[in-house]
Amino acid sequence: MKPTAFAYLAPESGDEALAALAEHGEEAAVLAGGQSLIPMMNLRIAAPGTLIDIMRIDELRTIRRTGGWVEIGAGVRMSQAERESGVPLLTAALRHVGHPPIRNCGTLCGSVAHADPAAEVPAVLLALDGEVVLRSVRGERRTPTDDFLRSYFTTAREPDELVAAIRLPDRARRVAFLEVTPRLGGSTGEFATIALAAAADRDGAGRFERVSLAYAGAAERAIRAREAEALLAGAEPAPELFAAAAAAASAAVDPSADVHAGPEYRRHLVEKLTLRALEELAA
Amino acid sequence: MRTIRVTVNGTVHELAVPPRMLLADLLREGLGLTGTKIGCAMGACGACTVLLDGEPVRSCLLFAVQASGRSVRTVEDLAPEGELHPLARALQEHHGLQCGYCTPGMLMALVPLVESGGPLDPEAAREAIAGNLCRCTGYEGIVEAVVEASRR
Repeated sequence: MKPTAFAYLAPESGDEALAALAEHGEEAAVLAGGQSLIPMMNLRIAAPGTLIDIMRIDELRTIRRTGGWVEIGAGVRMSQAERESGVPLLTAALRHVGHPPIRNCGTLCGSVAHADPAAEVPAVLLALDGEVVLRSVRGERRTPTDDFLRSYFTTAREPDELVAAIRLPDRARRVAFLEVTPRLGGSTGEFATIALAAAADRDGAGRFERVSLAYAGAAERAIRAREAEALLAGAEPAPELFAAAAAAASAAVDPSADVHAGPEYRRHLVEKLTLRALEELAA
Repeated sequence: MRTIRVTVNGTVHELAVPPRMLLADLLREGLGLTGTKIGCAMGACGACTVLLDGEPVRSCLLFAVQASGRSVRTVEDLAPEGELHPLARALQEHHGLQCGYCTPGMLMALVPLVESGGPLDPEAAREAIAGNLCRCTGYEGIVEAVVEASRR
């Protein structure tokens, strides 16, 4: 099948793109890497009347370190971020996103805006307490990831807004990224059955000061296991603690069934991946 | 229609294309380069892989208009004089293909790796073709061919 006809706009500045979104937002889609949008258009699941291609806008193609944050623009492709972001949890997660040719086109902001509940990038952003920068002709706002992600493919973005950048705190934490996919013998190249993006701060004595656990594939959007995190905060790493936290995480998620796995198996994976991640974070 | 200027296998083309035309369709129908195959048209099979500015991409997941001002390399460029590329020859020798439908995509996913020089291990080859489906060979012959071609 072929996509339905659409009007194609290729603005060369951010202001031009925002003006186009203000005019066409309701019936337009933003085209960045297109690695989720174009398959949907090929299958006619999506049929936007206008495409606003933002990949010719130089100012969106940068990774900037500013005021304790790493800011990744909407034009930054995943393969570029793999090489240049310097955010270890993100680098670890990107290996699991699609395949190399997909990552040569796909963007991080695109993945966050698309909000597939099984996608890795939103989970990383959530684990690291990242922010989403939304820009429109009305101005700019920064949204915590937890407020931005709403449900299946649904976010806090208004039709005239551009996901202009994502921001990640630029500080060293212990991190672990673990993923199980339908494909055996390797975990790259598929959407996650369950993925876990985890980060921890430890004090001089080795205790966990703070642990963040964010899961993909576990609910209608990427979610944090706050109860498990509360058990771990300030605690001495120990097997019984890990077991209690893993059980709490498994109880907190709300997975649905698909052709690959049912909710029970996904809960099982949440528990096991949590145990493994905590062992890695404590090592 | 929209006018684009795209370099394909070293030749500059200025063409008017409808925005909804996929790069794969421009190559096959517009330019007659039917070496590039379309399998799934949703990014799952890898048969349509070509190089865009030297990097493997899915030509079914790009509109031709997105390639304007850029350089595309297709499987036809691997044998301009009819002489097989070393990787293509190795695929032939190692039973790295049977029906051949996936082969152009396999070649274009692997060529940057092989041409970057230096010997490759099987793991690097497997990762490069993780997104390319082959229903004939079971992949072993393909991986062996890559490893050997990288040592030639």
